[in-house]
Amino acid sequence: MGAGHAHKLYRHGHSPVHDLPPHCKLAAVFCFVLVVVSTPREAMWAFGLYAALLAAVAAVARVPAGFLLKRLVVEVPFVAFALLMPFVVPGEQTSVLGVSVSVPGLWGAWNVLAKATLGVAASVLLASTTELRAVLLGLQRLKLPPLLVQIASFMIRYGDVVTDEMRRMSIARRSRGFEARGVRQWRVLAASAGALFIRSYERGERVHLAMVSRGYTGAMPVIDEATATRTQWAYAAALPALALAVCLLGWTL
Amino acid sequence: MDPVTSSTESTEPFTDDAPSLEVSGLAYAYPDGHQALFGVNLTVCRGERVALLGPNGAGKTTLVLHLNGILDAGSGTVRVAGLPVAKRNLAEIRRRVGIVFQDPDDQLFMPTVREDVAFGPATAGLRGPELEERVLGALKQVGMEEYAARPPHHLSFGQRRRVAVATVLAMEPEILVLDEPSSNLDPASRRELADILRSLDVTVLMVTHDLPYALELCPRAVILSEGVIAADDRTQDLLCDEKLMRSHRLELPFGFDPRSVSIPSA
Amino acid sequence: MGVETVRTPQEAEPPMHVPDGFIDAPVSVAAGVVAAGAVAVSLRGARRELDERTAPLAGLVAAFIFAVQMLNFPVAAGTSGHLMGGALAAILVGPYTGVLCVAVVLLMQGIFFADGGLTALGVNVTVMGVVTVLVAYGLFRLLTGVLPSTRRSATVSAFVAALVSVPAAAAAFTLLYWIGGTTDIPIGKVFTAMVGVHTLIGIGEAVITALTVGAVLAVRPDLVHGVSGIAAPLKLRIDGELVDAPAATRDPEPAGAARSTRGFWITGLVSAFLLAGVVSFYASADPDGLERVAADQGIDEKAEEHGAADSPLADYGVGDIANARLSGGLAGVIGVSATVVVGTGVFWVVRRRHEDDHGTVSHDHDHDHDRDRDSGNDRDRDRDNDRDSDHGHV
Repeated sequence: MGAGHAHKLYRHGHSPVHDLPPHCKLAAVFCFVLVVVSTPREAMWAFGLYAALLAAVAAVARVPAGFLLKRLVVEVPFVAFALLMPFVVPGEQTSVLGVSVSVPGLWGAWNVLAKATLGVAASVLLASTTELRAVLLGLQRLKLPPLLVQIASFMIRYGDVVTDEMRRMSIARRSRGFEARGVRQWRVLAASAGALFIRSYERGERVHLAMVSRGYTGAMPVIDEATATRTQWAYAAALPALALAVCLLGWTL
Repeated sequence: MDPVTSSTESTEPFTDDAPSLEVSGLAYAYPDGHQALFGVNLTVCRGERVALLGPNGAGKTTLVLHLNGILDAGSGTVRVAGLPVAKRNLAEIRRRVGIVFQDPDDQLFMPTVREDVAFGPATAGLRGPELEERVLGALKQVGMEEYAARPPHHLSFGQRRRVAVATVLAMEPEILVLDEPSSNLDPASRRELADILRSLDVTVLMVTHDLPYALELCPRAVILSEGVIAADDRTQDLLCDEKLMRSHRLELPFGFDPRSVSIPSA
Repeated sequence: MGVETVRTPQEAEPPMHVPDGFIDAPVSVAAGVVAAGAVAVSLRGARRELDERTAPLAGLVAAFIFAVQMLNFPVAAGTSGHLMGGALAAILVGPYTGVLCVAVVLLMQGIFFADGGLTALGVNVTVMGVVTVLVAYGLFRLLTGVLPSTRRSATVSAFVAALVSVPAAAAAFTLLYWIGGTTDIPIGKVFTAMVGVHTLIGIGEAVITALTVGAVLAVRPDLVHGVSGIAAPLKLRIDGELVDAPAATRDPEPAGAARSTRGFWITGLVSAFLLAGVVSFYASADPDGLERVAADQGIDEKAEEHGAADSPLADYGVGDIANARLSGGLAGVIGVSATVVVGTGVFWVVRRRHEDDHGTVSHDHDHDHDRDRDSGNDRDRDRDNDRDSDHGHV
């Protein structure tokens, strides 16, 4: 995670998707994923269309397919879970490549894989086209409680600072010949974690001091705000709207 | 004057000739029982630049935190330009006392430099072009106006320290309190910061271990030791008093002779 | 749920969370409502406890949780574990701030790392935030309340709290899956697998949490939620002599925070019992069918056996009770009770062995922790300017 403007998934660029206001994008992605999740799993063609929709967005946003696909590895543990389903779920059995598997299990695996993959892909598209700061403004605009947005904002501002401290502590440990080999070293590692907590908490206290020193009394002044025109909303709505149409078709066909 | 000052001025005595800072009989213990201050008396006149020296654990930071009412005096009083530091005045006191903390990462908590410098004045109610002007002005004073849109994390340490000064200048303070301003700066950044501080027309209280820096910037110095002001004199005279220095664990860097230094004029 | 993987710090990723499509839409939305409610309550509670310090402190603690989740704890032969941090957050900063921190971490991971589905956010926050934090904090408060107030008791309480919180979260997940899972995996199987695996994970979590809490207690006991210091009268130094200073009137500390935590541990404990009881009750709903399928598929041999297989609680059913559902539920409740009783017993032993100790947390010097003390700063130095070494900007 990088502070301020850049983070791991963000790809700097100028495209119609990058330029959309953050709250429109957040709302669009959320609605899209909700629609995907509500689609009956039997409508396999619908998921193909969803994937096509996302591919179209990725093309407009100039996000390369390789980048998107690489990010999907986040799913791997659940893929393993999904692959178990055909073997553990009871029900009608069928034979695939000579192995007896259950039909509901296959459906279950397909359902989780398809929906989770589309969900991750949509989130990656959002994250790769929206700056950190913008996401926070978007969340604020979407009426997330201001205090929650502030906490998120501080977390992002200091995420790197705390991670850096952790890295320095690790270097300090290793410089003194410490090597974490197994459970016996946990005490030392936990002591570091404890020290990291104390440092983080004390930094929080100092940040608070710095804030009240400049007049903070509990409310953050709103200096920037995300705004969107009707046209921008319309653009952003295209994705969930099309998806909804597909979903409704999926239920009726 | 900004809106905040005018509203409090009517209710509180404010005299132009009052010293920028008046501390008397200040004592304080932390909630855990550790007592840090044992009756501090200190007066800083308008336009003065004073160095606050002292060994680790002398209570310097504790004293600083009393100046804008973050810590509540256990006993004694603090006045800023005649206005007592008390709950009812806190907003105005915090506008008048600009504290630059030691670690700029603590001070710069907003996502971008511009928002951070705007935080103080915006909290006081400033908005729109007036706010922009104030932010730009403060950044210009420290030579950082080109970095307004950058996140603080992407700046060098020296740049972050300068922005930290700007965040406080944007509030147009009566007195600027700097906690170890030269710590962790490379010599060039140290020089740049000194030039900036000298160029400002504001009362300065500078907490520091960097004795040459104190001598360079502050004509007057006080020593805080064991929670009281143990000495108060011309900086050069203090630094030349070897016995006094030694008794308060203050040491000059190797090869530095305060007698041989010609002080740059303010 | 946290899945233990091998990671180097360079490629460190946060733990895996429930993705989209795992839980159906209605239950996801319902969990979202529960999560939103819990976050709303926590926002109010945190404000009451921390006042205007909430945003920076919770933000920094969230950043800490985020970072510490990436810390590698090697187990053996190249495998390693990672802290999930829910129990740690609950114990260190209390239930309200704990829920907020975990929720914010999950939100940010969901948006910026595509880790955990956006529609599953409610499920993730409910399971890993609310349940973990409530159970951990409830148990911690209960145990520290019962046990002597020494650092050792606090550490052991932290161990038990974290140990129970992880399988409790797994049980909560199973409950959600049972109501809204998109595939009818036999719930008993899911329950056994989830709780079994997570009890193992919980041991790691518990050891790390307890050690970490112990390390914090050694240096800044006041930072562990609910422990407070004692004030001494002020002195003035006049001509080198110390004399009493005139007392100043101070705002008394708000007493509400301390009282409200009591309610929290009761809630936490009750939910632990409810979860264990209710989930086990339903988990054993149809054990026959499930066992048969497993046997048919030859999976039975592979299913994990745990140490208690021969105990009366084996397979989460109390043998002599005829009704399978009831016995399952009973087993869950007995399990939680046993944990509490064992934990309490350990404390009594510890207390008896340390009867001559100073008794208070801050004075409980323990030679094991000397190193921890060295790594931390003593308080007055910390309060003053000696921060260079602390932050090491080089």
